[in-house]
Amino acid sequence: MMKGFIKIAWLFALLIPAVTLHAEESTEAEPDIKQIVLGHLGDSYEWHIATTGHGEWSIPLPVIVHSPASGWHLFSSARLREGSEYEGLRIAAEGEYAGKIVERQEDGTDLRPLDLSLTKTAAALLLNSAVVLCLVLVAARWYRRHKATDRAPKGFVGLFEMLVSGILDSVIKPCVGPNYRKFAPYLLTAFFFIFVNNLMGLIPFFPGGANVTGNIAVTFLLALATFLAVNLFGTKHYWKDILWPDVPVWLKAFPLMPLIEFVGIFTKPFALMIRLFANMMAGHAVILSLTCVIFATAGMGAAINGSMGAVSVLFSIFMYCLELLVAFLQAYVFTMLSAVFIGLAQENPEKHAPEQAGNTANK
Amino acid sequence: MGLLQPESGLLFWMTLAFGVVFIVLARYGFPVIVKAIESRKEYIDTSLDAAREAERKCATLEARSREIIEQAEVRREEILRETEAERKQLLAEAHQKAESEGARLLEKARQQAANERQAILDDAKREIAALAVSITERMLREELQDRQAQHDLASRLMDELDSKNRKSWTSD
Repeated sequence: MMKGFIKIAWLFALLIPAVTLHAEESTEAEPDIKQIVLGHLGDSYEWHIATTGHGEWSIPLPVIVHSPASGWHLFSSARLREGSEYEGLRIAAEGEYAGKIVERQEDGTDLRPLDLSLTKTAAALLLNSAVVLCLVLVAARWYRRHKATDRAPKGFVGLFEMLVSGILDSVIKPCVGPNYRKFAPYLLTAFFFIFVNNLMGLIPFFPGGANVTGNIAVTFLLALATFLAVNLFGTKHYWKDILWPDVPVWLKAFPLMPLIEFVGIFTKPFALMIRLFANMMAGHAVILSLTCVIFATAGMGAAINGSMGAVSVLFSIFMYCLELLVAFLQAYVFTMLSAVFIGLAQENPEKHAPEQAGNTANK
Repeated sequence: MGLLQPESGLLFWMTLAFGVVFIVLARYGFPVIVKAIESRKEYIDTSLDAAREAERKCATLEARSREIIEQAEVRREEILRETEAERKQLLAEAHQKAESEGARLLEKARQQAANERQAILDDAKREIAALAVSITERMLREELQDRQAQHDLASRLMDELDSKNRKSWTSD
């Protein structure tokens, strides 16, 4: 218990200087706080680590673009630093495509090519995916090497088992119903994928810190996966309930109810997408803003700056604790709602109980 | 709003990353784990049931053994009591037998003593009689010279002797 507490204290001791140190660097120039926060929330072509007196420390990432005019390009993003142009491509400073790679056309307008660059978010995504794969496969190896009659696992695998059996027993089995074994791998993958990405996003320095699950493209694909799992494996009864629900005929002859139900197919995963995106992005935004309080008050004198610094650190600690909770909670909620939607689509005509659970979850 | 617009590049990388993670984990990761966890849960449940059953059996066995011990104790008491009674009875019988034997022996000895005394008395009487006869013979030989005196004396003596004899016989 004491040991764990010391570990947590160390963790925070590591977190705080990392955040504040970052803050102190940019006090020289007039800080554009909106730009800093949005810059961290958004994506970039290189992975910024730190800015020191010797310059910026960042990892250049590969740029992969395909333009209809000049074909495929693959080069390091270091060539595009500070607005320089390479192979006719540059990062737009302003305009519709600000911050993105554009190509100058013959007629002088900018065109955005097909951009498959391994950006900061994409790189973090791949790194976190590798972490998820490692964690789960290490645990799976343990289970492959042990029999059911052996002792229960300890340490990492024990923790992992606690999470898996918790999700399995409290979410997947009750929500999906008797067919849960078919969907358990997807739901568990979604849970651990989101959970690891959330946690990695909370680490304020290099291998973490990327706003992956707070990116709409990521949550869009997660929601799309749930959408496919729900609708591709839906039973006849599920489709009948959508297209010809159990309501008075005048409600469905003029297809009001089917229309609402049909829209519902899309709003459910849409809500999943927005919920995860908004929660994670907001968490990052709040932590970044609290950190920026220190340099926003830098010009107001030592007393104000010092006291606001202390307030900022205290609030950041609070927010980190909250975000740890949110990191788990959002992964859990996404998994649970996916399980509920899948369970609704798996429903058999003789059972009507899960329908109500689904309706309340929708609201 | 740039944040709300999904980037094509990220969509591509996310599809790739999540697809690979899902396919690998759905094939090599989670089914193994879920199966292992469930089979262990089942094993634990059956083990618990077996343990409960064993405990129940143990309890009944214990009750049974206690019963047996109680029965054995009761039986022991009984046997001890029986033995005690038997011992007393045997002792009493032996006493009785010894007593009767003693009495028998005493009686026999008394009988023998009486017989012997009788024999001794008979002998003595015979001796005394013979002695008396011979003494009398001698006295008479000297005293009774004439026939008449002899005859009188003899008859008198015969009477006296006879009466005396009868008296002494009866007194025994």
